[in-house]
Amino acid sequence: MAPTSPSIEVADLTKRYGEVEAVRGVSFAVEPGEVFGLLGPNGAGKSTTINVLCTLVRPSGGRARVAGFDVAAEADAVRRRIGLVFQDPTLDLQLTAAQNLRLHADLYDLDRAVVDDRIDEVLALVELGERRDHRAMELSGGMRRRLEIARGLLHAPEVLFLDEPTIGLDPQSRAAVWGYVRSLQAQEGTTVLMTTHYMDEAELCDRIAIVDRGEIVALGTPEALKASVGADRVTLRTADDVAAAAALRDRFGLEAAVADGALAVHVADGEAFVPRLFAELDVAITSVTVARPTLDDVFLRYTGASLRDADDAPGRVPNLMQVFSKAGR
Amino acid sequence: MTAAVAGTAVPARSWRSELRAARGVWRREVTRFLDDRLRIATALIQPVLFLFVLAPGLESLAERSTDGVALRTFMFPGVLCMAMWFSAMVSAASLVMDRELGFLRELAVAPVRRSSIVLGKGAGAVTAALVQGLILLALAGPAGVPYDPVLLAGLFGLQVLIAVAVTAFGIMVATVTSRAPTFNSVMQALVFPVVFLSGALYPVSGLPAWLGLVNRLDPLTYAVDPMRRLVFAHVDASDAARAALAPPVTWWGWPVPVALELALVLALGAAMLAVAIRRFGRAG
Repeated sequence: MAPTSPSIEVADLTKRYGEVEAVRGVSFAVEPGEVFGLLGPNGAGKSTTINVLCTLVRPSGGRARVAGFDVAAEADAVRRRIGLVFQDPTLDLQLTAAQNLRLHADLYDLDRAVVDDRIDEVLALVELGERRDHRAMELSGGMRRRLEIARGLLHAPEVLFLDEPTIGLDPQSRAAVWGYVRSLQAQEGTTVLMTTHYMDEAELCDRIAIVDRGEIVALGTPEALKASVGADRVTLRTADDVAAAAALRDRFGLEAAVADGALAVHVADGEAFVPRLFAELDVAITSVTVARPTLDDVFLRYTGASLRDADDAPGRVPNLMQVFSKAGR
Repeated sequence: MTAAVAGTAVPARSWRSELRAARGVWRREVTRFLDDRLRIATALIQPVLFLFVLAPGLESLAERSTDGVALRTFMFPGVLCMAMWFSAMVSAASLVMDRELGFLRELAVAPVRRSSIVLGKGAGAVTAALVQGLILLALAGPAGVPYDPVLLAGLFGLQVLIAVAVTAFGIMVATVTSRAPTFNSVMQALVFPVVFLSGALYPVSGLPAWLGLVNRLDPLTYAVDPMRRLVFAHVDASDAARAALAPPVTWWGWPVPVALELALVLALGAAMLAVAIRRFGRAG
């Protein structure tokens, strides 16, 4: 390993609000230039972790260093080196795009000689060059989010924090945001820490940490995490879930999980398992799907709950490899 | 290592960078204010209504007791103070809206002292109040107050002082109330009583005992009085009119000197600003 120090170093971090422990002993490190994701349902402690890392909230215990500085003892040094895009909008809607950015430049004391060029540069990056003198209130939701990203980048931060950067955006804008994150990494070498509860978004990160109830339950590349599940997910809808679950236990030795009103089991070779299922299960089956492991399966495996059940976020289309469907008997 | 983009390194903070941040926040406030022509116009409605509708309307009732001084002339200094007070309340409300709408977070994470942000915000509010104050000063003639440069300069100086103090009060209330509805109800409860009790609209001598006491407890009293004394030093009025309309504020019979009144206003403003700065970080 190269002897470069990590961009973010978190050791045994805790944060409690009165009786509630929002973050319970979290540890991880993010390398320079990495896009790192915190994946988990609402209330898992992702936003609290980000708030501690960007010095908005003081940790109750443990240590965290960002860009080489301690977030509690050297908050000011950290603040100068980070950019932030919040979950909720923080633009002044009455000001134009350029005026919002200019205020940011004043707050961060950027060299006046380059401010204008830099504003053009970041607006071009998020494809808002032509909206420079439009008021923020005249921009669409997706454009506003892009403007916030541009603002977070204006002072060329070493680390950019994105708290649910694509929440509430249409698919096109979401894809665009991801394009910027990647070009940012390529052009400016920025380290990115993002939170999300979209699995397909987490797939795009270099590494992810799955967070549940204030703890990291799994950490690795999306591929490694999915491989760790080691099995396909077979989801079946039946006429009698209780009887079917009992039969699965008795005949196949499989413990079925209930997710989204269907039964899910994990087996090594899903396609080969389906014919046996129809042959040996006495309960009427209405439909069967076989899917390669997704991050939701990883989440299910490590937390015992579906991410979509743990969270009320709108369900996302599963990445189905094969669909078997059959009308009831 | 980070890829340093030429000239975009964020320098360590200094008094100069703090000043720049405060100025940036000030510029934002002024941009918003000048942009909001409706606010400038509507803010003038009430003072103008008092001066040119209410005062002439009551004139007939008051003729015998004002000894020849027009009621609008008498009310002019009080209305100037009232305008500062109203404007500061509107600006304070904008701070609450900044918090509700999330914009305050952009300020809260910047590598800048809280005090710089509060001072920039306050300077913006003071500027807004003074723009309205200048427009009202331009109405001195129709209100029967002469366009005497010394008088106008003095009134403007007092407006600056009053604007600073009432803005500090507004920002303090904005930072100690946690939610917009709370702020609104606090302001609703304060905005008129503070004006009515201050003597902006009536002389402060010969009040019923309880009202006299409450009047002396109202900080705005000590802003209105110096302004009224200054105006009456420059208008034609009989000694009887002066005694009846512009009696000095007294404490148990002792006339409070103008210098002490101004010091009082300034000290209160400074104390409230200190509270506002202390509270600001927690509110964000």
